[in-house]
Amino acid sequence: MPEEPRPRIDITVDGAAWSVPADCTIAAAFTEHGQVAWRRTRRGARPRGLNCGIGVCFDCLVTVNGMPGIRACLAEARPGDVICTEEGSGFGDQGS
Amino acid sequence: MSFAPRKGRDLVTRVPDQVRAPDSPARADVAVIGAGPAGLTAAVTAADTGCAVCVLDLGERPGGQFWRFGPATGDGRFHHEWPAFTALRDRFTAHVAGGRIDYRPGHAVFHIGSPREGELFRVHAVADDRRREHAAVQAAAVVVAAGAYDRQLPVPGWTLPGVMSAGAAQALLKASAVAAGRRVVVAGSGPFLLPVAAGLARAGARVVAVVEAGQPLQYLRHPADIAAAWRKLPEAGGYLARMARHRVPLLTRHAVVAAHGDERLHSVTVARVSPSWERVPGSERTLEADVLAAGYGFVPQIELLAEAGAGLRAAGGEGAFAAVVGADQQTSVPGLFAAGETTGVGGADLARIEGLIAGRAAADAAGRAAGRNAGPLPHDRRAERQRTALHRFATLMERVHAVQPGWTGWPDDDTVVCRCEEVTVGCLRAAIDLGADDVRSVKLLARPGMGWCQGRICGQAVAALTARHAQDRDHAGAAGLQDAGHDAERAVSRPLAQPVPLRVLAELASDDATPDD
Repeated sequence: MPEEPRPRIDITVDGAAWSVPADCTIAAAFTEHGQVAWRRTRRGARPRGLNCGIGVCFDCLVTVNGMPGIRACLAEARPGDVICTEEGSGFGDQGS
Repeated sequence: MSFAPRKGRDLVTRVPDQVRAPDSPARADVAVIGAGPAGLTAAVTAADTGCAVCVLDLGERPGGQFWRFGPATGDGRFHHEWPAFTALRDRFTAHVAGGRIDYRPGHAVFHIGSPREGELFRVHAVADDRRREHAAVQAAAVVVAAGAYDRQLPVPGWTLPGVMSAGAAQALLKASAVAAGRRVVVAGSGPFLLPVAAGLARAGARVVAVVEAGQPLQYLRHPADIAAAWRKLPEAGGYLARMARHRVPLLTRHAVVAAHGDERLHSVTVARVSPSWERVPGSERTLEADVLAAGYGFVPQIELLAEAGAGLRAAGGEGAFAAVVGADQQTSVPGLFAAGETTGVGGADLARIEGLIAGRAAADAAGRAAGRNAGPLPHDRRAERQRTALHRFATLMERVHAVQPGWTGWPDDDTVVCRCEEVTVGCLRAAIDLGADDVRSVKLLARPGMGWCQGRICGQAVAALTARHAQDRDHAGAAGLQDAGHDAERAVSRPLAQPVPLRVLAELASDDATPDD
């Protein structure tokens, strides 16, 4: 992995302050933080996270700054992003 | 404004952004969809001839998935053929700076409107996922270089967090320099597993095993076809050497037949498989892992081409399709070209050659539409020879690693097939017991393929499982299996290739109702 420490940025995930590597996707930020699931399914309330990784499967959806249904595998985390995990349809229903 | 063909170089119309009305579509001679090896090569080749080119790409940076990178990985240490990319990117950047390429990153193209006689293609996209605005581009010729995605097979536990496609693990590394996990099993079929394992090992992950269901020794029976792609040998050797250095075992004729965990993956079951991929009873063993990176080859992204009316052919087995193209990479729709994995999976080298041929031919077609070019476009014999050689290797690769029907015995009744709608094998079986014989009926009764991904991930699995269970039900032979083929062709029809906000669709409707020509 990188020899010199990577620059980091601050984001908020479900209300918590996170410091994550700059210039990485939101999915990579979750992964680096040790969190592998960030959505629960509509029927079985099962945990989901990264699956196809390239924008095809829509399993990794998160809400970013109020916009639901963002593919975490494609979107890069930007300083100050407010990210919410989703529960249900992928249209922005929030976990309780 | 008239879009009737004009003579000479006047065709290259570039309306400055500040002059263009916000809703009126941009114009180009050639629109290229995708900025991977095929799309980038097509774009710079067309721009070299003086065409105005518009490149629309889902990614935030050029490179596609093969050369996907971020600021932390811009040195290419996780990439292959990086100097080829930087050379291509330099040409691309120069064309963007010179105004010959209008580069639109972050554009999810959802529809290509085919033109009536004498009119232009209309390419529609949702721009910037954080804002989701409509963008449209008109062009005389279009090159679709949309690439491919990993095929995954549904096994018990494959929906657990930590189970991902091989490409997902690779994308984390390439784009973000983040290893997917600490203990990783890489499984599936095909040469792509090797760079994924080598990359993860390099990034510090412990790669517990590479599990290949096919028998790569079969390559040795076809030396002539390998010779055609001799450049692959040192590449494969490099990956194997890195795997040896990190003591990564390679298991061939084995498969991951189940994944285990509660809220996340903690282990997988590996079993030996027969040549037809039936699991061998008693051969199972358990490997602890926090990530399973699985890929059984790739599925071409042909939705845009299919909806535009381009002819398709079966490719890669079990209901996957690729675009049919001629010697100039043109599809059955005049002016619509395809290059790279959309024409059949063949790797980045082949994609670049096809991009070169397509870019040249699309530029010629655009010039022809403007009344500029006369006489046939001379063949590029060298490129066509390379293409033929790489096609031979691709065909061999497909044969050695083809998904075999025995996999349909790996999932059990509780295994989810459609991840989006959480439809299990048991639900499919219930629909089939009610009398469903084909994918369409199964879909209507059980809803597989009706969620966010529109059946991209599960479509082939649903077709194969439907055929198998319909056959089991009937004991009647091949009725179900015969249906699977044309059934699957209908299943790839997706009028909108990406999720589209309703307000964008409304804009689209008014746009088409009041044509500005």
